[in-house]
Amino acid sequence: MAKHDIHVTVNGAPLEAAVESRLLLVHLLRENFRLTGTHIGCDTTHCGACTVLLDGVPVKSCTVLAVQADGRSLTTVEGLEKDGKLHAIQEGFMQEHGLQCGFCTPGMMLTSAALLEKSKNPQEDEIRHAISGNLCRCTGYVNIVKAVQHAAAKLR
Amino acid sequence: MSSTPRTSPEVGGMGHSMKRKEDPRFIRGQGKYVDDVVLPGMLYMDIVRSPFAHARIKKIDTAAALKVPGVLAVITGETLAQFKLHWMPTLMSDTQMVLPVEKVMYQAQEVAAVIATDRYTAADGVAAVEVDYDPLPVIVDPFKALEPGAQVLRTDKPDKKDNHIFHWEVGDRAATDKAIKDAAAVVKQRIYIPRIHVASIETCGCVASFNKTDGQLTVWMTTQAPHAIRTVFALVAGHVGLSEEKIRIISPDIGGGFGGKVPVYPGYVIAVAASVVTGKPIKWIEDRMENLQADSFARDYHMDAELAADKDGKITALRIKTVADHGYADAAANPSKFPAGLFSVVTGSYDIKSAFVEVDGAYTNKAPGGIAYRCSFRVTEAAHAIERMTDMLAQKLKVDAAEFRLKNFIPADKFPYKSALGWEYDSGNYAGALKKAMDQIGYAGLRKEQAEKRAKGELMGIGISSFTEIVGAGPSKHFDILGIKMFDSCELRVHPTGKAIARFGTKSQGQGHETTYAQIIAEELGIPAAHVQVEEGDTDTAPYGLGTYASRSTPTAGAAGAMAARKVRDKARKIAAHLLEVSEEDLVWEPGKFSVKGAPAKSKTIQEIALAAYTNHPQGMEAGLEAVNYYDPPNLTFPFGSYICVVDIDRGTGAVKIRRFVAIDDCGNIINPMIVQGQVHGGLTMGMAPALLEEISYDESGNIQGGSFMDYLVPTAMETPKWETGHTVTPSPHHPLGAKGVGESATVGAPPAIANAVVDALAHLGVTHLDIPITPEKVWRILKDKGVAE
Repeated sequence: MAKHDIHVTVNGAPLEAAVESRLLLVHLLRENFRLTGTHIGCDTTHCGACTVLLDGVPVKSCTVLAVQADGRSLTTVEGLEKDGKLHAIQEGFMQEHGLQCGFCTPGMMLTSAALLEKSKNPQEDEIRHAISGNLCRCTGYVNIVKAVQHAAAKLR
Repeated sequence: MSSTPRTSPEVGGMGHSMKRKEDPRFIRGQGKYVDDVVLPGMLYMDIVRSPFAHARIKKIDTAAALKVPGVLAVITGETLAQFKLHWMPTLMSDTQMVLPVEKVMYQAQEVAAVIATDRYTAADGVAAVEVDYDPLPVIVDPFKALEPGAQVLRTDKPDKKDNHIFHWEVGDRAATDKAIKDAAAVVKQRIYIPRIHVASIETCGCVASFNKTDGQLTVWMTTQAPHAIRTVFALVAGHVGLSEEKIRIISPDIGGGFGGKVPVYPGYVIAVAASVVTGKPIKWIEDRMENLQADSFARDYHMDAELAADKDGKITALRIKTVADHGYADAAANPSKFPAGLFSVVTGSYDIKSAFVEVDGAYTNKAPGGIAYRCSFRVTEAAHAIERMTDMLAQKLKVDAAEFRLKNFIPADKFPYKSALGWEYDSGNYAGALKKAMDQIGYAGLRKEQAEKRAKGELMGIGISSFTEIVGAGPSKHFDILGIKMFDSCELRVHPTGKAIARFGTKSQGQGHETTYAQIIAEELGIPAAHVQVEEGDTDTAPYGLGTYASRSTPTAGAAGAMAARKVRDKARKIAAHLLEVSEEDLVWEPGKFSVKGAPAKSKTIQEIALAAYTNHPQGMEAGLEAVNYYDPPNLTFPFGSYICVVDIDRGTGAVKIRRFVAIDDCGNIINPMIVQGQVHGGLTMGMAPALLEEISYDESGNIQGGSFMDYLVPTAMETPKWETGHTVTPSPHHPLGAKGVGESATVGAPPAIANAVVDALAHLGVTHLDIPITPEKVWRILKDKGVAE
């Protein structure tokens, strides 16, 4: 199968790969680049475990082709911590017990981080709406809402 | 919440909301789940599945698949039959195909497996396998399956003449029949608890790696019970050279289990067989549709229940006849002697003199199972039955649902309490929990508001559930799985510098064992929890245990941790006496140190004692400071709680909105309040899910309705209410820490609270029962029938 050379910036680092047309972005990240913090939960865009930021916008990387990311910038969970300092959303999830099994957590944090870029003091309804494309089977969402508010307060 | 902690926050024993030790890796995306395992030369496996619910296989043509570049092999039932690996036992000692040679028995059944160089090529191979089927008549209704003359499905069993799997009964039939005959009031209802699926966000999978040189098999797999899996592999595949000392099961980080990762699925076995044959590591990760359609389901109980009361409104008798639909095989994960699990806790929180329950299992053309969905062995079915029937009886007697419960609870002074169906409840204060819930939610005010709203034609309901669970299986006298007794274990080593490692036979799937268990050791030894490394899930290093499910970890392995720590403390006392040159009896323990009675300045810390255990131990004593405990619980633990739910119903759409939900839980003494609250939040959400949203049903041809996240509605943050929680504390008298299990209480208690609230909202229209899931359509049809739809 023909391959395409693509160039992407992942967590600030320029990376390249030769990929088949059909390769999904999530597999580019997990298998080509070995960034396994991005998880796969459903393959059908429902669960959001594979959420990453594409040019700052949350996308479900199981339904984006790797070639669509060519020339663009990606943030994965591995890119949240900078210079040994946790992102506020990471601290929020830890402090407010916003995670249990940890499987949905990377996607949930990236969706939340994108919300916090737009909204400095999100109310509960706004947070619930923002994360409604990310399923969590463990926490019941109450502490995830608190975690996002914790992060918002820290960023203000 | 609970009594003041005995240890400082720095030590972090029981009662401290210590932040979780597992979180630093998870928030950085550094958790290691099974799909993150990559080995040199690893191959991928994908599975061909049946589109038919029942069909004869005429031919499997693999030629086109084998021509796909990168496809290395196609494994069929015929391939496995050469090694006698095409059948396997279930955990209930039934049998199940790994791959078929003759017939498929349910839609999405495994038919063949493709091994290829990568996962895309494996999927190409699956698409290229051509299977010629001859469809057969399908049975999806368990009642039809049990009718005389019904087509016999399990033709693989030569002596099988029907589709009946088991009959199980408990209680006094004659006394119950008489009590119901003599009762002043009886309510009767068919209650169906539909088939649902745990749908953990991580699906199931494994990486199987067999080394042909040394015969060593290592399997990273999504299992809640790695030790039991190792033994099963050794027993089932001993004839192909697998030997238990050379089998290593590693259960890495698990992305949610909820019971769905207890069974052995065909995919695991095929992957192991493929690795044994090829000598290459094989990775198999199922996709979501495979997960929902083929992995073990939960529930699917059809219950005919009757509850009776005398003229004073006291409950006198309960009788239930249940048909359990197990699908193609009894692939439940119950203790061996309990084919209907612990369903016999169905008398619940009430002092009922007479009870009789019977359950009949049936085979149908559906995926096999009967596992739990975040509950202890059929306890959710039991709680739903008794809590729904209690409300129906109160409604019939025109008594308030709370008042009726308070009148019929087992009184707090009657514990330990022997139930009519034979359980000895360890401790409880049911009225205490219900009254606290009523206070917290403002029950009287809500009833007043409801009356006002009803007068205006608005639909508001208040539902109560006062459940009792039975968790922590279990005492070896009665509890085993495939003969292995249901103890659990801890192996604890204290290092010379006073730090420790503790290994357990259980396996966390998000419950926070690394934190909770460390806190147990901290409580017992005074070693800071931060300095207690907890490990589970590797059968080469952890002591043997039966795993994590049925809320058993704290009742069994947690107790083992406490007992191992006490053994260490006993030895530490001897060393301290030696160091302080006093007799053991003259020493007083407080968490972290021994001091001399009457001379508190003379003391030795656990750290000083640990160093001495390796550098200055008494002559005649073995060096080192470690202990192992295999804990055989004397009884189960009986957590309980009272939940109150307030719903508003939209007369235009029939949609049910949970306005408030107060959950008061009692799990005995609490180890980590933050984690306990998190477990309750999650459990409530997994209780709401089947009450309002989730169901896997089948059409008459056996096609699955609800086999993807498009149709199987896992709650999002939008539907999930803001849960309100609280606690009462009634310690377990037999657990060393006074603790009970908690991970599943809310899943058990929530569904009837929600169903009762909806029925309560519609009660004045003559509605007495609704089966879950209570969808907008179901409610809207009732509103339309009653002429109140907008």
